[in-house]
Amino acid sequence: MEFARLVFVIMAKDLRAELRTKEAVNASFAFAVVILVLLSFVVESNDVPLPVLGGLLWLVFAFAGTLVLNRSFAREVPNDCLDALIAAPISGAALFLGKALANFLLVLVVELVALPVFGIFYNVRWTQQFWQLMLVVVLGTWGVTVIGTVFSALTVNIRLREVMLPMLTYPMLLPALLGAMELTGSLVTGAPIGPETVTWLKLLIGFDVLFTAASVTLVEFILVG
Amino acid sequence: MSAVAVEGVWKFYGDFPALRDVCLTAEQGACLALIGRNGAGKTTLLRTIAGFSRHGKGEIRILGTSPRETETRRHIGFIGHGISVYDELSALENLTLYARLYGLANPRKAALEWLERTGLERVRDGLVREFSRGMRQRLAVARAFLHEPSVLLLDEPFTALDDRAIAVLQGLLRDGLAQGRTIILSTHQLREALELASHVALLIRGQVAFHGPCTPEMVADPGLVYARYGED
Repeated sequence: MEFARLVFVIMAKDLRAELRTKEAVNASFAFAVVILVLLSFVVESNDVPLPVLGGLLWLVFAFAGTLVLNRSFAREVPNDCLDALIAAPISGAALFLGKALANFLLVLVVELVALPVFGIFYNVRWTQQFWQLMLVVVLGTWGVTVIGTVFSALTVNIRLREVMLPMLTYPMLLPALLGAMELTGSLVTGAPIGPETVTWLKLLIGFDVLFTAASVTLVEFILVG
Repeated sequence: MSAVAVEGVWKFYGDFPALRDVCLTAEQGACLALIGRNGAGKTTLLRTIAGFSRHGKGEIRILGTSPRETETRRHIGFIGHGISVYDELSALENLTLYARLYGLANPRKAALEWLERTGLERVRDGLVREFSRGMRQRLAVARAFLHEPSVLLLDEPFTALDDRAIAVLQGLLRDGLAQGRTIILSTHQLREALELASHVALLIRGQVAFHGPCTPEMVADPGLVYARYGED
């Protein structure tokens, strides 16, 4: 109970700070929409198979998400706020999960706003398997968020962290992105998750469970050294 | 049992030994002034005692336990070079946040009380990014004292404070000492520190060159420790 309370306190703090400045969310949202709109002019959706558009959507989500994730621990750098969090009687796991949940919600909001834009500009009926697509979006976003948050902690004291974070996260994200791309590509055609695609769903769930557990275990070592 | 015990601690940055076999103790109710030239290792020592970074050889105990124990951290207050408050949040929101993190029974009440004690009650809803440097430092003091810590680790706490704020901080530290709190503070403002200190430790290149009681002669002539035990 105490652990959950501390996770909530950290999450609420991050959300409040971000919603007051809207630095990361605005940049991420603008990036997602601009890229989707620009690519819609060069990609003729009638000529491109729908599964490929699912891949394109997740590339945009991953890049836009990085803009939010970059700010996660970077927010703690001015005024040495990270010191105060490390000094507080709160476990690294609670700190990590609080930050990861705040990032998850912010990235999810950007994605949910970008999805209709995707549907309109690419002429995709993305709501055909709405709830299954939401499941994939949630699982894929949590994967992106967990990896992004832990590498945000790892790169917080590096000068070129804005460059380093994508370089470190994207290779790690490959399994999750592959799973999310395959599933989304299938779902936007109207086909539900079936025997042919369920393996990708299992991969996505396994990725989330594995990397959440690893991150929660390692974050204390990452933060204190 | 000493409130703070540092025994044979080494800390390396790469191959560079920032702390070399440091041994220090501070009893309950003592105020240890940590002095030394720039780069002597004062900040590294305070951060290591606070548990922000792991040391190599040696042992650090606060109230008999490791500083990384969650329960021990509940009893430590720290002021570093940064003020450790969020620019995007108001003064009240910042203190309420830390009160919640420390599990205080009534976070808002504790936050309001410390805003009043540090003279910031009139700007409680103002965003910290709009505060002057002195106001920010006073907020940092309120943050460090908020949870009534038994051990206070203060890294140059008088920096950026005006005369009034220095008097407020000295008053708080005196009250803390009277209540049995242990204080370790590093500073270049020797006069303010030695007026409070019961003990003095001089660090030179990561080593303790002197550690002993603060005498009336030291208070009268703050440069005495450097002159007697320093290199120049």
